[in-house]
Amino acid sequence: MNADLLGAGATFPDPLYQEWIGAFVGDNPGVTITYEPIGSGGGVEQFTAKSTDFGGSDAFMTDDELAAAQDAWGCDVVHIPTVFGAVAVAYNLSGVESLTLDSETLAAIFLGEVTQWNDPAIADLNEGVSLPDEPVIVAHRSDGSGTTSIFTTYLDDESADWHDQVGKGKEVGWPVGVGGQGNDGVAAAIAQNDGGIGYVELSYAIQNDLSVASMVNADGKAIEPSLESTAAAADGIEIPDDLRFSILDVGGDGYPIAGATWILAPTCGMDATKADALKAFLTWALQGGDGTAEELLYAPIGEALQDKALANVERINEGGQ
Amino acid sequence: MTAAPASVGPLAAIRRRRVADPAFRWVLLGASLLVLVVLALMIGSTTLDAIPVFVSQGIWSFLTGTTWDPGFSRTEITGTYQAGVFIYGTLVTSLIAIVVALPVAIGIGLFLTNVAPRRLARPLVYLVELLAAVPSVVYGLWGLHFFAPVVLKPAAQAISGELGWLPIFAGPVIAFNFFFAGIVLAIMIVPIISAIVREVFAAVPEAERQAAYAMGATRWEVMRSVVLPRSRPGIIGATMLGLGRALGETIAVALLIGGGTAINASIFQQGESIAAKIVNTFQESSPEGIDALIALGVTLFALTIVINLAARLIVRRMGDVSGEAVA
Repeated sequence: MNADLLGAGATFPDPLYQEWIGAFVGDNPGVTITYEPIGSGGGVEQFTAKSTDFGGSDAFMTDDELAAAQDAWGCDVVHIPTVFGAVAVAYNLSGVESLTLDSETLAAIFLGEVTQWNDPAIADLNEGVSLPDEPVIVAHRSDGSGTTSIFTTYLDDESADWHDQVGKGKEVGWPVGVGGQGNDGVAAAIAQNDGGIGYVELSYAIQNDLSVASMVNADGKAIEPSLESTAAAADGIEIPDDLRFSILDVGGDGYPIAGATWILAPTCGMDATKADALKAFLTWALQGGDGTAEELLYAPIGEALQDKALANVERINEGGQ
Repeated sequence: MTAAPASVGPLAAIRRRRVADPAFRWVLLGASLLVLVVLALMIGSTTLDAIPVFVSQGIWSFLTGTTWDPGFSRTEITGTYQAGVFIYGTLVTSLIAIVVALPVAIGIGLFLTNVAPRRLARPLVYLVELLAAVPSVVYGLWGLHFFAPVVLKPAAQAISGELGWLPIFAGPVIAFNFFFAGIVLAIMIVPIISAIVREVFAAVPEAERQAAYAMGATRWEVMRSVVLPRSRPGIIGATMLGLGRALGETIAVALLIGGGTAINASIFQQGESIAAKIVNTFQESSPEGIDALIALGVTLFALTIVINLAARLIVRRMGDVSGEAVA
């Protein structure tokens, strides 16, 4: 097999994709795969301009974007979810070892309505925890980010006030709080302020051993963010046939603030050997890549979704060149 | 005409010059034109992309409004794009940077040219110039993880504690704000300003200084009444260069300014600058969002031109008043 594949897009799964590519290329001489982490927006753009063979995005394409991509390639374009990421709510409160929040309270904090840590809204969820009479200092991302998108999509779905006042997206008009650049900037803002609270990628929170809040899910269970609870998040949710889905209303043992990241690929217009190589790579990654994913702190998508993802992989270039 | 070397006859020398001189002139002209062409292309293409944004928002509301709510269209402008918050943040951080950096840079320049012994001046010059060679992302990260929390935050809290009744110093001081970004910017532009003012101070004629000394002036009086007035146009030029750097600085500001979404009066609150907004969001922007960011870029360019023209006007006025010839 001789093929050179080029992909570009989301930065969030980049470390994992590089690892997967390295292992796959090692076993398949003749194949080279390049993935450039230029951001989800750029990933969709380059894929639509047909300057890449596949794209990567932390957000599924909007109807508009999908139509444009279909138009460019002249056929359908498939979404292939690869892994889940979760967004952890990190905090800095000296003396407080564990913290539980629900979506309404989290929304109220980020709307600036709950301003003291000993506010009854927080205290009611944390009986037995002595919360200090300190101001809440909110930190958010100042850069456009899939992490912000997952976080605000969750709040937008759960809280009517949030939906009316802020909405969702990769960048939003924050009513309160200080912005940090990247996970690192948000973590610094939290660490440098007693009373700080913000959101970061779960993998970042685990690597840096941040204190994170448990979130009450749709079944009323307080769930700690972890790879297992993230993987469990997608268990009960309904997934449409085109695999464009948000993870909302999570119940069971699932952690409620999570989202998938996707590979975008065309169903026609690819060179046959290229298409075969891409299909072989994605099949291999989805079936055998879970171990690598967990090592790098990404949550695998689980068996049920994996079958659907593989079905979409099979559709790559089905229309031929 | 001078005598030609023995091996080449005078005629050959003239002939060679006939080719070499015009060729050289064309090369120089080409080099100068290249800059103009690049500049024209840049202004042309960015303005072309930005015009739909200016038109859909209305130029006045684009410049003064405070809502930035990007849309996702590929073909038209559907979001709300208003740059007031970012223009304000750019001006405030740059102003803080200049107010802090200028006295320090002038102090360094005076010290190196009029006070310091030669064997101390030389290494000091190297050290200051070393500051200019540090990449801005290093300034940003150093500020983020060390300088801001350890040095600037306590300082800001002290200032806010004493002068907090003034709206521009109102607390509380949280991580990341105009002040942090402005001070780190100041550190970045000190070497630029001080390098130029040092040259300007050194160019003050020795005779004038000696004359002042001869009339019994102290060292301070010489600097105040001979060196500084003589150097005023140069100081303003150096300030403009530093200001240009501060206005356009991207990553260090993005790391420290705090990504605010509203206009805050206090320098201890968060904001956003034009350059920081662009670098923060271009990667994840939709096609129309990219156009809006390019419109921000055009705005920054225009802002820089306006400020430079204003400075030039000031220099000319001053020149007229003091009766000095000004370049």
